Amino acid sequence: MTKEQIKDTILKIIAQIIPDEDLSNLKGDIPIREQVELDSMDFLDIIMELRKRYGIEVPEDDYIHLATLDSSVAYLEPRMREL
Amino acid sequence: MAARKANEARIVLTGVGLTAPNGNNLAEFRKSLLAGKSGIQEFNIRYMGEVVAGICHFDPLKYQKKKDLRRGTRAGSIAIYCAQEAIADAKLDLACLGKSRVGVYLGITEHGTVETENEIYEIKQFDYNVKYWSHHHNPRVVANNPAGEVTLNLGFTGPHYTLGAACAGGNIGLIQGLQMLLLNEVDLALSGGVSESTGSFGIFAGFKSEGALASHPDPEKACRPFDKNRNGVVVSEGGCVFVLERLSDALKRGAKIYSEIVGYSINSDATDFIFPSAERQVECMKLALNKAGISPEDIDIINTHGTGTIEGDPVECQAIREVFGEYPHAYINNTKSFIGHTMGAAGALELAGNLPSFEDYIVHPTINLDHLDPKCPLNNLVINEPKKIDKVDYILNNSFGMLGINSVVIVKKFEE
Repeated sequence: MTKEQIKDTILKIIAQIIPDEDLSNLKGDIPIREQVELDSMDFLDIIMELRKRYGIEVPEDDYIHLATLDSSVAYLEPRMREL
Repeated sequence: MAARKANEARIVLTGVGLTAPNGNNLAEFRKSLLAGKSGIQEFNIRYMGEVVAGICHFDPLKYQKKKDLRRGTRAGSIAIYCAQEAIADAKLDLACLGKSRVGVYLGITEHGTVETENEIYEIKQFDYNVKYWSHHHNPRVVANNPAGEVTLNLGFTGPHYTLGAACAGGNIGLIQGLQMLLLNEVDLALSGGVSESTGSFGIFAGFKSEGALASHPDPEKACRPFDKNRNGVVVSEGGCVFVLERLSDALKRGAKIYSEIVGYSINSDATDFIFPSAERQVECMKLALNKAGISPEDIDIINTHGTGTIEGDPVECQAIREVFGEYPHAYINNTKSFIGHTMGAAGALELAGNLPSFEDYIVHPTINLDHLDPKCPLNNLVINEPKKIDKVDYILNNSFGMLGINSVVIVKKFEE
């Protein structure tokens, strides 16, 4: 996957988890949870979807890397590059 | 006649919210019951394929967001819809309600079966590796979930819980609300019952294994209590929530009053896991009549519990004959014949379907009764067509469940 594809994938997962939110203006460098209603259980849904769909494990210590869209892409790129 | 009670000790129904397989509010439901319109349809359930079932068609997005639906349960969604509709029907102003003085008491037959089956189905594709088990599982399956979702949705901070009472749950939700009002624990009770049973293959399969799952080439004819050719239960989902208030409060705010709950009782067979006891059903009806301070001859309509099982229906008929045999004027009907067995919702939902009789004096029938079983003779059983009668002062509602739990509620036409 390219970085652009990874970003689209993350956005699709978030859209499924918080379907009432408008994600079209989500800024890449601001924490996602500051821009949309996404609580800790929703965040765990993102982790679960990455695990289920792509077999990616995100250790708890690394959750911080998924705070913004840009940091998520940077963190996931080495893990999703070959998908 | 019963001694006159103070208005603070009289509990009245002032709002109804419901969803049934043949109607999503009381007016629609009543219209279907008087038109003989069934809500039973073909339904495909995991591992079993085509069965017949009663499915509700309310719009869950009327009161919830998509995210709420994803996170919560079907039972929670049914409960929220019914609670919101009941509050609207009661014309209660949410902004003026003392939210800590509202209690939510919902009867359930079971809860968590659907969610547990879904999770196991989900992790099957991951070779049962439990790291794929949802973090939403526990809040979905805790027994208070349907009532708790109502409080989350409406912001009520008073007590909430469910009452696990098998298929007597709906009546028992009502009784709990009444008792909490009488104890002055709350000022308003949202009481009734809910069921999401159609989401569980295990519930269908369990009845099938008992030899008690209804089937018929025409789904609308599958539920046929008291008919010689009945062959079991039609599993249905549904919900009904009533607004209950002390009469003094209802009068103060000029509420529309559907009826007054004047009698109730709950008892146990203590005999068998499944098979009912006529002796204890008799006792339960008599206890409720005593509590109401009336005699069997005062009852105008009896809503039977009859689920359409070979073994269960004759037992209830025997019990009714024993209590009402000398006073044969009460008209008898069955609401499950239209909507199937809505399990935890049944007691409340079936009572709701009968409430308009206080105003229109019409008794809805039991449908699909083509050949009355000689083991189920009942006086004044209203068969296939509605019956107009001269007066309706009291309605008695039977609701029984597995493990031998019996419940009876008696409501009275409201008179100051």
